[in-house]
Amino acid sequence: MTVVFGIFLLTLLVITAVAVVRTRNLFVAVMLLGIFSLLIAANFLLLDAADVALTEAAVGAGISTVLFLGALALTSETEHAATPHRWLSLIVVVSATLVVLYATFDKPTFGDPEAPIQQHVAPWYLEKTPEYIDVPNVVTAVLASFRGYDTLGEVFVVFTAGIGVLFLFSAPHGHAARRRPGARDGSSIGLRDDLIPRVVGRLLVPFILLFGLYVQFHGDYGPGGGFQAGALVAAAFILYALVEGEDRTLQALPFNALLALMVSGALLYGLVGVASIFLGGNFLDYSVLSEDPVAGQHLGILLIEAGVGLTVTGVLLSIFHAFAARDRF
Amino acid sequence: MQTVLDIMSWILLTAGGGFVLVGGIGALRMPNLYTRMHAASVTDTMGAVLVLSGIMLQAGLSLATIKIAAILLFLLFTSPTSSYALASAAMLAGIKPDAGRAADCEDAS
Amino acid sequence: MYYVVTIATLITMALALVRALLGPTVYDRVLSVNMFGTKTVLLIAVIAFLAGRPDFLDLALAYALINFIGVLAVLEFFKSRAARRAAERAGDDA
Repeated sequence: MTVVFGIFLLTLLVITAVAVVRTRNLFVAVMLLGIFSLLIAANFLLLDAADVALTEAAVGAGISTVLFLGALALTSETEHAATPHRWLSLIVVVSATLVVLYATFDKPTFGDPEAPIQQHVAPWYLEKTPEYIDVPNVVTAVLASFRGYDTLGEVFVVFTAGIGVLFLFSAPHGHAARRRPGARDGSSIGLRDDLIPRVVGRLLVPFILLFGLYVQFHGDYGPGGGFQAGALVAAAFILYALVEGEDRTLQALPFNALLALMVSGALLYGLVGVASIFLGGNFLDYSVLSEDPVAGQHLGILLIEAGVGLTVTGVLLSIFHAFAARDRF
Repeated sequence: MQTVLDIMSWILLTAGGGFVLVGGIGALRMPNLYTRMHAASVTDTMGAVLVLSGIMLQAGLSLATIKIAAILLFLLFTSPTSSYALASAAMLAGIKPDAGRAADCEDAS
Repeated sequence: MYYVVTIATLITMALALVRALLGPTVYDRVLSVNMFGTKTVLLIAVIAFLAGRPDFLDLALAYALINFIGVLAVLEFFKSRAARRAAERAGDDA
């Protein structure tokens, strides 16, 4: 029965994807991408992958939509006319698709218990996690400890993306106004005139922040972790910026504090690794962080998840402010 | 006792599913934006209340019930706000609550 | 027990998608995305109990939050665009 649901959702996904490509109005494409993200997350949930579904929800359906809209506000809303007669592109795409489809014939069937990953990789992680790390959520154990290098790379990628966007937006350009003309013509970002969203938004922001903190620290026991928590905390501040205005948000959390968050998160992650070297272990070997190796692992996971959360929050919020502060690109 | 709870859950879940379906059909078939909003709000309120209450009965007294109650409370707070914001934005953009005519507005896409 | 409501929610999601594809104005599409989001919340809650994993409810809560913020962001985009167009028009008339 789950397979039927999965196939149904995948069919809707294909329809949405085709509609995203075919539409000329970019705003419609952004809306459909929001639906796309929700469908993908529902699929992940059917496949029992809760952490990924939570990250997809927080980042794809919420933050990405806000950032796309910010980009649309700065550029134009319709796509340029499509280049006609792109036969070479069509041939390349079709042949790549056929190659990939042919490659799937050799893969083990979906859910096959004899597949190599079920025989060698998964049982090892499931057996060794209670012994070495002793957290109930194996995904967090794999992500934070067994595959700590990969997560370090991910944090640095997020950090680099943030730096890249900030560079792009601070490049000097011609005559376009740098800051949005605020009260001069009465148009200011924020739904300040609308009382109901403003009241409800202000009521909800502390609860969203609390939920973000809960997801951050609950990642050892259930779906959660640094990436999801960072996205949720950033979403809380974005909500505040939407209902109160970007200036008030910058008063609440100044731009320099955001840059400090970005840097300190990645730095914390790297410092934990270096501290492990100084204490006698390998890079990112948390067992040496305390006398009891398991307690050391817990401490290490706590610190690096905090680092991930800080960086993700800082990057998402600084990208949001970079978009929101501009009048034209 | 368990069977009583099961039967009540079954009734609530099926009724909730029915309301959700009715709202979905309404959102598709109604002639105007504002009437579609009416239909969609049926799913958000009655559908959500019934379905989540049915699940709460199944969960018994546990942390899951409190979480579901939090989800329900949150949905009941934010759905009307979203509908209000959408309706006011549509009104300001000039979409007339005029059932039966093709939508005439400056934002047609 | 949960299959009926899951099927009903999935069908409603498909109907909302059709409205998003059809809707003549952008507000129809925003409405359908909002509806899609709340249906996804219900779907997650039901699937969480179907699979016997009640700790998936955090996802449902996160989805409800994200859906709300997304819709408010879209409407803010419209208001600022309308205000900017009015300002440009006023600037052209001046």
